[in-house]
Amino acid sequence: MAIRWGSYKVKGIYDELIRAAGKPRDVAKPLCDYLRVLKDREIEEYKAAAELAIRVMGITFTVYSEEEGSIDRAWPFDLIPRIIPRSEWLDIEAGLKQRVRALNLFIDDLYHDQKIIKDKVFPADLLQDSVNFRPQCMGISPPNAIWAHICGSDLVRDDKGTVYVLEDNLRVPSGVSYMLENRMVMKRVFPDLFEDQNILPVDDYPSQLYDMLASLSPRKIEQPEVVVWTPGIYNSAYFEHAYLAQQMGAELVEGRDLYVDEDNVVHMRTVEGLSRVDVIYRRIDDQFMDPEVFNPDSMLGVPGIMRAWKAGNVALANAPGAGVADDKVVYAYVPEIIKYYLDEDPLIPNVPTYKCINKSERDYVLENLDKLVVKPANESGGYGMLIGPQASRKERDKFKRLIKRDARNYIAQPMLILSTAPTLVGNRVEPRHLDLRPFILSGKDDVHVTMGGLTRVALRKGSTVVNSSQGGGSKDTWIVDMDEH
Amino acid sequence: MLSRVAENIYWLARYIERAENTARLINVTTNLILDLPRSANVGWEHIIEIMGTEALYNEYYDAIDERHILRFMIADVHNTGSILSSLQCARDNARTIRDIIPRETWESINDLYHIGKTSTQAGMAGIARKNRYQYLQKIILGAQTITGQLAGTMYHDIGYDFLRMGRNLERADMTTRIIDVRSADLLEEEHESLTPYENIQWMSVLKSLTGYQMYRRIIQVRVRRPDVLKFLLQEKRFPRAFYHAVCEVESCLNNLPRNMSVLEHVAELQNKVLAANLDKLKQAELHRFIDVLQFGLMQTHTGITETYFAK
Repeated sequence: MAIRWGSYKVKGIYDELIRAAGKPRDVAKPLCDYLRVLKDREIEEYKAAAELAIRVMGITFTVYSEEEGSIDRAWPFDLIPRIIPRSEWLDIEAGLKQRVRALNLFIDDLYHDQKIIKDKVFPADLLQDSVNFRPQCMGISPPNAIWAHICGSDLVRDDKGTVYVLEDNLRVPSGVSYMLENRMVMKRVFPDLFEDQNILPVDDYPSQLYDMLASLSPRKIEQPEVVVWTPGIYNSAYFEHAYLAQQMGAELVEGRDLYVDEDNVVHMRTVEGLSRVDVIYRRIDDQFMDPEVFNPDSMLGVPGIMRAWKAGNVALANAPGAGVADDKVVYAYVPEIIKYYLDEDPLIPNVPTYKCINKSERDYVLENLDKLVVKPANESGGYGMLIGPQASRKERDKFKRLIKRDARNYIAQPMLILSTAPTLVGNRVEPRHLDLRPFILSGKDDVHVTMGGLTRVALRKGSTVVNSSQGGGSKDTWIVDMDEH
Repeated sequence: MLSRVAENIYWLARYIERAENTARLINVTTNLILDLPRSANVGWEHIIEIMGTEALYNEYYDAIDERHILRFMIADVHNTGSILSSLQCARDNARTIRDIIPRETWESINDLYHIGKTSTQAGMAGIARKNRYQYLQKIILGAQTITGQLAGTMYHDIGYDFLRMGRNLERADMTTRIIDVRSADLLEEEHESLTPYENIQWMSVLKSLTGYQMYRRIIQVRVRRPDVLKFLLQEKRFPRAFYHAVCEVESCLNNLPRNMSVLEHVAELQNKVLAANLDKLKQAELHRFIDVLQFGLMQTHTGITETYFAK
């Protein structure tokens, strides 16, 4: 027998499935029992089946390489799911809804009266320097005062078992297609596991997304024209853009397909002629959207799209400027933001965060770089980070200089030891660190959270970097209802 | 359907067809040169003229000889009409419409591109005379496979009409160019000593278009210039004939909106080709007539572009 839970070493770090060697958590027991009796040959067969499914379904992500331009790679996937009991998930869900509600109120306030600054809860300086604040959006009121319609918040669990929010992605969060595809793969490979347990479904996301987007339409018509706007095939998330468009039955457009007329109405160019567009799910950064307003050199943008949006003739999701709250320094203020707008305590804590903009906190960071993780405010994908305990003296000195030069742009957090889950290494299981990205949709009346989310796992032993561009993989995420037995 | 998507489908089909027909064009030229006596002094340079790429060729090559010309026609990516460029462009277009074309077809396009690329590198095995026929045959067969897969598995909505229009316009154009190989002042018609070769050459033109067998079945007389021209230009039922291809374009246009002005160009072109008295056309006149047909195709292409893909 290949998988022996008795020799799985937990070593004092919280493991998602295993309480202690040989002892699965209740929620993982049926899975662990199932895996325990598999023979090597069967594991090989399951792995081959999953690889085949991934290939047949064409699940890829794009990596840019100097030699070959952009290339599609098969999505790295681990067969052993990450499992969370529904009772625990309900708490997390409530926390995420609370958080996104507060963030939307915050963004709307920043682009209107800025009460939170006047009340001295949020420093005016921070807004001044924010690279994601768009003065061009001041005074604009998107429908229902919602700016971040789609949010992807990264959750981590530390070695003791506490769940934290690590960051909120409010610009163009990606990964949801992989969440959906992972489930498809698992259902193909392990149909019997899904029969025997109450694993809650995730596949309603595209229709939820479509309904939310359609509800933003400025024209109140039966079938508003909803489109997905992609920067094009060389974007690393192009697979997802195409996938979501296909799943929603929406057109996948590029900038050159769109045209804004003199009445500030957006059209797409079709073989029938111009055809009006009502809602744009844009997967392109603010700065590239409209050369009239933002980066004038943008080849991907559509001149006049901001005019059309301001005139209320088209809905943009997420709204331009929503990224102001997608900033690692703003992140540090989210507990205060929740308190300020909702008068509630945060249901999910932030990872303790030192803001380099405050002198006392900065001094602490500079003194303790070997214990901390330093992150720039506006990079994503794990770029430009310093992982203090693993860094060389030279790298730490470099960050010392960077922080001194541009303190506002950096935050630091204690080195979190992420929870682990059993992951296949050959035909054996070993613990690997992971995180979780649920997706939160904010509509007119309702906030909807995906059932679970995308679990990303650092496939290299000991690594905590989960990004697919840097050696990460993913797992299916199961929310299991234990009460229905 | 988005204009960009329709345009990508249209060009995908054109490039695949172009790769196939360039391979056919090289085949017919190779055969002609092998068949003709040395005294005819026929060279490869005509193939460059026929493709309208003399200026580009002269920019990159000093010598005019078989090896360089074939390199230019097969593997040179500076030449946008080379087989390799066509396959590369086909692949780039296919990439952006992967949700429209069947997955197997995407893989075939990818494969064909890799075949085209690897066989022309490393000692240029595909260009050496010894392997040339096999190489060209692989390209032709690969292109036909893709065309067949699309016919058999692609959803036949207006996207498929754009595909067929691209394919047939390109095919009509290349058929005229292949005929042009024969009519371009290769031989003076009065050149007495060459009469015995005349038929052999027209036969090889037919063969390069896989039309010999069909010609024999339909025409049932020996291979004669006027009959071959009639067959390749005016025959409605032979898929590589000019008239057939133009009728295909017409039938696609009938499924599309806003088709009035393009249909007029197509009707004009149909009239012109059917009205021609091919018995009477001497070489120089034939060459001019082919220019007229190519101009009509260009007008049709421009009409399609302006009506459906306009920016």
